[in-house]
Amino acid sequence: MPMRIPSFVAGVVLAALALTARGSNSDSGSEAKVPDNPADVKGDITYAIWDVNQQPAMQEIVKAFNTKYPNVKVSISLAVFDQYFTKLKTQASSDNLPDVFWMNGPNFQLFAANKQLGTLDGLLEAKQVDPANYPKALNELYSLDGKQYGVPKDYDTIALWYNKKLFADAKVEPPTAEWTWDDYKAAAGKLKAALGSKGIFATADTLGNQADYYPAMLSNGGFVIKDGKSGYSDPKSIEALQFWSDMVKAGYTPTAAQNAESPSQDRFFAGKAAMMWNGNWVVSAALKSQYKDDFTVVPLPKAPSGDRKTVIHGIGNVMRAKSKNPAAAAAFLAFLGSKDAALIQAKAGAANPAFTGTQTDFVNSAPAYNLKTYIDAAEQYAEPYPASKDTAVWNKLETDLIAPAFGGDKPMSEVAPEVATKMDEALGKEK
Amino acid sequence: MSGKSRSADGGWPWLFVLPTFLGVLVFYLWPLVKTLYDSFTETGPFGGSTWVGAANYSQLVGDTEVYRAILNTVVYTAIVLLGIPLAVLFASLLNRPNLRFAMLYRTLFFLPYVAMPTAISLVWRIIYNGDYGVLNQALGVIGIDGPSWITQEWFALVAVALLGLWLSIGFNMVVLSAGLKSIPGELYEAASLDGAGAVQQFRAITVPLLTPSIFFLSVITTIAGFQLFDQLFALLGPVNPVMPKTQSLVFLFYEAAFVSNERGYAAAVAVLILLVVGLLTLFQFRFQRRWVNYGQ
Repeated sequence: MPMRIPSFVAGVVLAALALTARGSNSDSGSEAKVPDNPADVKGDITYAIWDVNQQPAMQEIVKAFNTKYPNVKVSISLAVFDQYFTKLKTQASSDNLPDVFWMNGPNFQLFAANKQLGTLDGLLEAKQVDPANYPKALNELYSLDGKQYGVPKDYDTIALWYNKKLFADAKVEPPTAEWTWDDYKAAAGKLKAALGSKGIFATADTLGNQADYYPAMLSNGGFVIKDGKSGYSDPKSIEALQFWSDMVKAGYTPTAAQNAESPSQDRFFAGKAAMMWNGNWVVSAALKSQYKDDFTVVPLPKAPSGDRKTVIHGIGNVMRAKSKNPAAAAAFLAFLGSKDAALIQAKAGAANPAFTGTQTDFVNSAPAYNLKTYIDAAEQYAEPYPASKDTAVWNKLETDLIAPAFGGDKPMSEVAPEVATKMDEALGKEK
Repeated sequence: MSGKSRSADGGWPWLFVLPTFLGVLVFYLWPLVKTLYDSFTETGPFGGSTWVGAANYSQLVGDTEVYRAILNTVVYTAIVLLGIPLAVLFASLLNRPNLRFAMLYRTLFFLPYVAMPTAISLVWRIIYNGDYGVLNQALGVIGIDGPSWITQEWFALVAVALLGLWLSIGFNMVVLSAGLKSIPGELYEAASLDGAGAVQQFRAITVPLLTPSIFFLSVITTIAGFQLFDQLFALLGPVNPVMPKTQSLVFLFYEAAFVSNERGYAAAVAVLILLVVGLLTLFQFRFQRRWVNYGQ
């Protein structure tokens, strides 16, 4: 009981301090930089993330941060991905965002354009964050109107996975880095002929945007979104979509319905499909498979033109525009972007860090898979993940209209322009 | 007398009602008013709304997805309502004297109701699976080549509704069992003395005297039916090609509010749901005089 009053008084004083601090710093998010003496940075901040698998690594990073900044207490708040952005939007509308949090490409512009995020200006000026340390496409992904808001945390690109044993069983030449889409299709035909009767699919492509049709559209010289206009009416984009549709129609790739019943990548890991386009985020799932020793990775097949592109996406760490403790938030954000933090992540094996030169540990976590393919992809032929302010709106058009049309009777030359019209309409509404 | 006691009590009764009243005010009435207001605005994901008059409602009227969602919701609710006659049957069978293992049966029927709907939906996903699902295996035994339940138009909706029906039976039976216990035993004795058989007793005594419980269940089931969301979402999965043809009104609301960030439009959908449910409930209360027996 006697403790009650002092702690109550302390609470009131702290609250009053917080209020005044907030009053004077209300617009300082963009100017936030880190004081010279780490001991001067004090206070409590929150850090919101969505992946429970990465929580231990994030806690390690906080621990390392505290050896440098002993007077800042960072509490990690975890919400599963399905609720994460709903929660953030709710917190934002009640002016209660976490100080530092994970952001993704589809949601970034929405938050930045609505003035919820602090720019990196202060940190860049003080050289506490250097964009040169991260892939260029990722810096672009987290920039809006010439200002960068996000510090790239990790990244994923797309490559071709295949099952060596199934290729050997079917007596088909395994994929090489020189494959084109025609080779992919021809091999799929042979695989189907040899293995189809055993219930094994030639490919396990899930026909999702990021892993399958975005890379195809970009490789073929098409685009998804450019200068605020949809790329779905572009003939090159349509050709790429038709490539996938033909794969499904020929029975090489599972249909959207089959995919909805059992996710196709599970077929691959269960030894029920011979190859697939997929990201480095499936590495941990691959390592858990009983067939893990049969898998390996090569670069994506090239479009008929000989070009090869992948999208690159990664989580960005961002800070709140109106943090109650901008100095601590900025210090933590800078640390999250450091080489030390990247190395901690790489060692934990949960994600492929964005900091150039720190990926070795991730690549070595599965030497047989040749994961360097993903790093080369990022450095040589990656384009930023397509996004706009209301990405979710046209992502829904993709799920509702493009995905079910693969393998259907309606050619993509009819489906895709329809999507383009609706997407342009949605893009026109963005303010 | 009443005037005197009121002055003697002063404001005290209000004080005792206050906690509940505040709860209702903050968690029910205020959101209702706010939703109604929002439905006339364009509201972004971070708040900040502009008055747009009836624009959301004209969008609602012109949106073909809304009509399909209403149809889907009505079909779903109709199928789940079939759970009431089934529950009447099961409850009266379970209520027979000298039934062995009655407790075991009761537990089995009630178990789905207390289990987590999402977990159950995931189990049913496996049951319904077109390739290796138990349901199609069973149908195969009797020579029927089952469809791919959760990815075909209408089959998917029926699959969701059958799950809803199965889930509802446990609760229905608890309510009906309580109703059955309140039917005086003498009525059955008198009826058997008059030579009425089991079926006749069921039709002439059990069903009429259960009508208040049945009425209660049909009101509750209809309201719950119009709130269809979690089973649909969990059973069909987020990237199901059949979803646009199977979605419910609440699903439409969810997509507008949390995916497309159109909170004003979402509020209009919510108001539509409220109106439809309100009208149906009103209709049921009006119509009940014709068939509900309160035993005067």
